[in-house]
Amino acid sequence: MTSWVLALFAFAAFFAGYRFYSKYLAEQVFRLDPDFTTPAHRFNDGIDFVPTNRFVLWGHHFTSVAGAAPIVGPAIAMIWGWGPALAWVLVGTVFIAGIHDFGTLWASARNRGVSMGAIARNVISPRAFNLFLLIIFFLMLMVNAVFAVIIGTLFTNFPASVIPYWMQIPIALTIGWLIYRRGVGVLWPALIGLLLLLGLVGVGAAVPVSLPASIGGLPDIAWWTAIMLAYGAFASRLPVWLLLQPRDFMNAHLLFIGLILIYLGVFVGRPEIVAPIYNTALPPDTPPLLPLLFVTIACGAISGFHGLVSSGTTSKQIGQETDARFIGYLGSTGEGLLAVAAILACAAGFATFDAWSVHYESWAHASSSGIAAFVSGAGNFMAHLGLPVTLGTTFVSMMVVCFAATSLDTSMRLQRFVLAELGRQYRVPVLANINFTTALVFVLCVALAFFADPERPGQGGMILWPLFGTTNQLTAALSLLILTLIFWYTKRPYLLTLIPFLFVATVTTWAMFINVGNYLAQGNLLLTGIGGLLLALNIWLILEGVAAIRRPRQADDVLESG
Amino acid sequence: MSWNPANRVRRISARIAAFYDTAYAAPYRRHQRRAQRRQEDLFRLLVMSEALGIPNPASFYTLELLPFLLEDFHAWHLRMGLEHSPLDGFRCC
Repeated sequence: MTSWVLALFAFAAFFAGYRFYSKYLAEQVFRLDPDFTTPAHRFNDGIDFVPTNRFVLWGHHFTSVAGAAPIVGPAIAMIWGWGPALAWVLVGTVFIAGIHDFGTLWASARNRGVSMGAIARNVISPRAFNLFLLIIFFLMLMVNAVFAVIIGTLFTNFPASVIPYWMQIPIALTIGWLIYRRGVGVLWPALIGLLLLLGLVGVGAAVPVSLPASIGGLPDIAWWTAIMLAYGAFASRLPVWLLLQPRDFMNAHLLFIGLILIYLGVFVGRPEIVAPIYNTALPPDTPPLLPLLFVTIACGAISGFHGLVSSGTTSKQIGQETDARFIGYLGSTGEGLLAVAAILACAAGFATFDAWSVHYESWAHASSSGIAAFVSGAGNFMAHLGLPVTLGTTFVSMMVVCFAATSLDTSMRLQRFVLAELGRQYRVPVLANINFTTALVFVLCVALAFFADPERPGQGGMILWPLFGTTNQLTAALSLLILTLIFWYTKRPYLLTLIPFLFVATVTTWAMFINVGNYLAQGNLLLTGIGGLLLALNIWLILEGVAAIRRPRQADDVLESG
Repeated sequence: MSWNPANRVRRISARIAAFYDTAYAAPYRRHQRRAQRRQEDLFRLLVMSEALGIPNPASFYTLELLPFLLEDFHAWHLRMGLEHSPLDGFRCC
């Protein structure tokens, strides 16, 4: 089978989902009202609450939710074959992620633009809010450890990406300074910066930079991991306008350029799929497809992180309630497209089945080098457009590194906020100290990255991937539970979220049991402890939700009518 | 009215520039506002330093700016953690 047929099929499925299912949701379930006064108009303060153009908001939402995770998950899940991965991405995006992202945006807009955590406090219980904060803290901890290792892996496998990535920082700093301090308009600095960065892809390909294979007994990946975590801690202390904002803006361009080039490569080159549709010759260390597929691919099918974005910034800027369909549903569809691109690159980006098999010879290898398979495959796709493979792979690896590094910076900031909030809740004033929390977050991330897999210090972060996926899905399950309760109280068709909630909660709990059992069998006490804690939080939250059903609530208690 | 390609190009580029400005600022308005306020607070401290008992060689010049900064003075001293006005001669609360 050729890849372009699959790409076309995925486009058709996403189009049908948007055209028909999201329309049904908008009209029959959410009952969007064009006359509803959104928080952006009601509390317009020119800062947080600002009515914003829906295309701008969609771009912001999509680029916030689509990063390295929807690439890494499918790239690892390819070990089971492209069939299960593609089926889960399509079904997950159309029927679960769509209603989740759309629903959390709508629920937040109907609750004065507050976050899902605050809605949980109202709809479920105040305790649910604290549990939610704890889960987010662990989610961010794992994001940092995992993404630092991903970057280390890419720098080691694709040393050509080192120069463009590190040079993006001074370029972004200059753009931030020009725009904020010198009052220059955004257009030209951003475009020139982007062109410079693309030019640096050529420089990086010509001058690859590698660390020595071992320094002080630690391998190069471990050093890159430590360097990236130190960088993340440092970058998270810089003013947002100086580095994060301009770099995020450049990354948004990279995402669109990357997606367009990958799909153009698919349609122009029409490469054949060499990976099996269902892998019957699984390596012995591969965990069972059921339920691990559903937590290995979290972002790209259903991700709880999207609910945080929807209810964090997007809901405060939505100008008209009817825009929620375009922004929420189509935002998740965009991420689905990125996940499909990752599947295609890992399935059809290789000349032969043997070349594909090298990346998937064991589960451990797939976990650590699945991302390298994506980079190589996507680079080969771009070769169909006349771009040399070295340049293509350098561009793609730089793109993934930039996404992962921005996530690292952002999640370290978020962790600080979560710690400060927990400090306020439980009266631990030291957690309000920004330097203390930065140091604490850094130490915790390093400890996790280096001790998660004691046999491979600094390289074993990918052992955390299933746990990361599980935590992410747990957050999504909580949002789906909140939506179900809102539908229940307001007499709407609650089965549309109850069924996805039951599915996601079941596979999450099941996968968590398997993960904890595996960690226990390996004698990995650190991960057994974290996994056990998350499992307990998972069950606790579900019980809180079930208890909430019995509490009488009026529709006005959980939704503003207008 | 005759069709003017130069005007049309200028209009389109202005629209793109406006789109870019909004897209750049939208996710970070709060952070920008906070950074801007921090700068303004520092500036306010410099202008008022003499009145607060901190010697300022440029106070002769900054004195002129004082009236422009009084409007937000109450919010400023609250932000600085001072419940009441720190200036003897100026009571805002």
